[in-house]
Amino acid sequence: MAELIIISTLNGVLYGMLLFLMASGLTLIFSMMGVLNFAHASFYMLGAFLGYQISQWAGFVPALILAPMIAGGIGALVERYGLRTVHKNGHVAELLFTFGLAFIIEEVIQMIWGKLSVDYRVPSWLDFSAFTIYATNYPAYKTFMLLFSIVIFIGLIFLLTRTRAGLIIQASLSHPNMVGMLGHNVPRVFMLVFGLGTALAAIAGVIAGAAYVTQSNMAALLGPILFVVVVVGGLGSLWGAFVASLLIGLLQTFAIASDWSLNKFFGDFITPTRGTLLFDVWNVTIAQVGPILPYLLLVLVLIFRPTGLFGTRET
Amino acid sequence: MNSAVELKSLEKRFGKTEIIRGVSLDVKSGERHAVIGPNGAGKSTLFNLISGRFMPSSGSIHLRGENITGLRPFEINRRGLSRSFQVTNIFPRLSVWENVRCAVLWSKGYKYSFWRNIDKLEDVRARTQEILEQINMANRAEVPAGVLSYAEQRALEIGITIAGGADIILLDEPTAGMSRSETEYAVAMIRRVSEGRTLIIIEHDMGVVFDLADRISVLVYGQILATDVPAKIKSNAKVQEAYLGAAGHD
Amino acid sequence: MSDAAKAMPMASETSARARIKRYSVWIVAAALLLVMPYIFPSGASITTMCLMGIMIIFALSYNMLLGQSGMLSFGHAVYYGLAAFATAHMMNWAIKAGVPIPLPFMPIVGAAAGLVFGIIFGSVSTRRAGTVFAMISLGLAELVYSSSLILRSFFGGEEGISADRTKLVRFFGYNFGPQIQVYYLIAAWCLLCIILMYAITRTPLGRMCNAVRENPERVEFVGYNPQFVRFIAFSLAGLFAGVAGSLAAINIELAQASFVGAAQSGAVLLAAYIGGVAFFVGPILGAILVTLLSIKLSDFSEIWVLYFGILFITIIMFAPYGLSGLLMMHAQFWRGPLGSRISRLGKLLGAYLIAALPALIMLAGAILLIEMIHHVAQKGAEGANMHFLRRSYLTVNTHTAWPWIGGLVAMIGGFLAFRFTWPTVASAWHQALLDTQRSSK
Repeated sequence: MAELIIISTLNGVLYGMLLFLMASGLTLIFSMMGVLNFAHASFYMLGAFLGYQISQWAGFVPALILAPMIAGGIGALVERYGLRTVHKNGHVAELLFTFGLAFIIEEVIQMIWGKLSVDYRVPSWLDFSAFTIYATNYPAYKTFMLLFSIVIFIGLIFLLTRTRAGLIIQASLSHPNMVGMLGHNVPRVFMLVFGLGTALAAIAGVIAGAAYVTQSNMAALLGPILFVVVVVGGLGSLWGAFVASLLIGLLQTFAIASDWSLNKFFGDFITPTRGTLLFDVWNVTIAQVGPILPYLLLVLVLIFRPTGLFGTRET
Repeated sequence: MNSAVELKSLEKRFGKTEIIRGVSLDVKSGERHAVIGPNGAGKSTLFNLISGRFMPSSGSIHLRGENITGLRPFEINRRGLSRSFQVTNIFPRLSVWENVRCAVLWSKGYKYSFWRNIDKLEDVRARTQEILEQINMANRAEVPAGVLSYAEQRALEIGITIAGGADIILLDEPTAGMSRSETEYAVAMIRRVSEGRTLIIIEHDMGVVFDLADRISVLVYGQILATDVPAKIKSNAKVQEAYLGAAGHD
Repeated sequence: MSDAAKAMPMASETSARARIKRYSVWIVAAALLLVMPYIFPSGASITTMCLMGIMIIFALSYNMLLGQSGMLSFGHAVYYGLAAFATAHMMNWAIKAGVPIPLPFMPIVGAAAGLVFGIIFGSVSTRRAGTVFAMISLGLAELVYSSSLILRSFFGGEEGISADRTKLVRFFGYNFGPQIQVYYLIAAWCLLCIILMYAITRTPLGRMCNAVRENPERVEFVGYNPQFVRFIAFSLAGLFAGVAGSLAAINIELAQASFVGAAQSGAVLLAAYIGGVAFFVGPILGAILVTLLSIKLSDFSEIWVLYFGILFITIIMFAPYGLSGLLMMHAQFWRGPLGSRISRLGKLLGAYLIAALPALIMLAGAILLIEMIHHVAQKGAEGANMHFLRRSYLTVNTHTAWPWIGGLVAMIGGFLAFRFTWPTVASAWHQALLDTQRSSK
């Protein structure tokens, strides 16, 4: 039991940190520009595929550096030549634009890499067991992922609190309208923030793609969970996004490891007949419910705290 | 005389900043009451509290004796209190006609009806027409509100405010940004539409205030300095010192 | 203010002439629906028209949210899909229990299911507007879709729930076996729903929906609760989506988990937006076009969905009022004597044709390049030769340089030439405007 808890906690925190790498970029973009980038998970996917391709040609380390730069560059171009045109038509048009973008990125990736998963593997020099807990070997690559995302996290905090660009971004978190008054080439800051945010998502893609499955549906699978994170945390709250990322990371990881079902506890009292709705509900395990849990959490949070856990802004 | 709106030790804080610091005020039914005071005194906040846009931090608000503290804006509106906004707040892509009609519908009892043809509601049509004539915009009915001139939008703002037939009207700087002739025109209109109703008005133009108001309240730093008839306000030493002395040399 | 917004129909056309005009629209629509199977009698076109009819209802119900009330939903298929399952279960139950409910009444079951789920989910989601509403709709859609994989007895797992429509009690002798009978069933429901949804836009609620879309805060100060306005609009949209889903289940005698999926929600968004959400007819045009394209484009390309996405982005960027918006922009020139109307639009059309030629060359070049990249990346094993647009007489050798150079030249050259023709279009537009003003004086 203790073994399960430790391993699940490690995996949960790791998954949560990956979610936060994406959610932080999404939150930064939203705070500054008021746009919820629907295509954010698509940049995560783009990062994974670029990471795969570059590591095929040049190895993992160049991939880890180049892929986020390319994806971030594409993100900045999208902001400059796409979003900025749509901006005058309001937030709904902007959201729709990023929705269409997600659609196109998925199709382009299918066009080039196909619909099946690609063989993106953990680099051999990280493919060993880092340490052993009870009987479970914990892989070095996952340890690397965890450390790397923590390093990025610290780097982001440094950027936000210690640099000039960071201060402008921070100011926009609390006073979005004032940023427009500052007059320091705000459009370029927007472009950079969009590029930075998408690059963060791509970093998550490069490191997660090697450990999990790199396939053209990965954005569609992850995207909705990402939006749950930012809504549950409270739109525009970086701290809320952090807490919600870890919460959902842990929730899903623990759910997968659990085979509890209602039948296990109440099966002695009530045994529904096969083929009824009650039978389905009775026999579903927590592990099977895992994918639903974030959405249930979303509904619960919205009923009891409509602005999200740490949200203050009504949008 | 009956009380229309009564505020009892009203307070409003935003975080640590106290904007309204214990306001008590009794506006009588049928009076024209002006609220004046320097910028940042909390006049618009006071309106936002009365109309339900903000929740007071403490104290209570009474509408004809009924405690309405904490009610939502639409609930207060349905009880016969309507307000306008300092920054024009209309439906920009709807026509002038539709703007006014939206504000008429609830008062005629059609609520959320989705089974009646709106164009066949004769009482709604007549009332909308009447309001458009009162604000002199009958010939602009088909124009999208967003393309109107500034003064026209301000008039439409007042039209929307009075359309529901509320007998207590709150106008937040209705003549702000207008030229002198536009202001005169607007004041005549306000006088006309507030006939027989209770009017509370925030206004910076002292000419308008002393011309229009039965009584005046002076709000400074979230507190009421004095409430009295215009003549007495003019001669009130505290007011002279805190407001007129500092702001007006005319 | 854009031209499209100015051209929006005003509410106060109440004259007798306008009324006759209004009814005549419905009569023409009914006649058209009646004769369509005689104009396009092939089996394939009947099937396509059935899909169009369903999509028209679905897209219009979607526009009750997006266009009328300003709610961007990423999960409208939930009500469509759940209603389809409810209908399939009801049909099976009616057959098994021998309850005499004929097929034409089954969409009422779907409407009820759509309404009930609209009320349940609407009460959670319509408390918020804007971006948060959009995200909640997405979350709820994922919730329902994920549940469909668990609750197998209701959703039927991978196979879905099938229902044999011919086994229901006959309706005036019709058993709805032949597709043409289903076509008339769908057409009748389609017309009914269009009329009802149009009527709703002209009620107090319909107008308050517009007001909530424009300025929800001000609505609170004229006595309405904007959240409740959104809630009713949402529930009604669920009802009509339910009719569409029900007809979809009847049409293919099957309800599947994909009916509640993200792709279905995305399809209706695309249809409504491409057609244009600012006008009532927009989603109808969009539904027809999107259904047609999704059937026809796959004949020409494997990656047609990509072109579809590009069309969508182009519309968002350059024609935010959609196809109907573009059409309505031209309605303003339809003024004055008939001869001058025709010559005015004719001149404009001429300018368009001049611009269309380089635009087509640019498109052809771009498509050639995209298809060749796709071929090289995905079908390298099939050899160098590619059938462009899936036509064997357009075989291209992707291993030689010429097609690549040709594609690039066509794309870039076409683009530059297109830019060059643009002033012609702009001045033709300007001329038409001047001409209209002159002749209407």
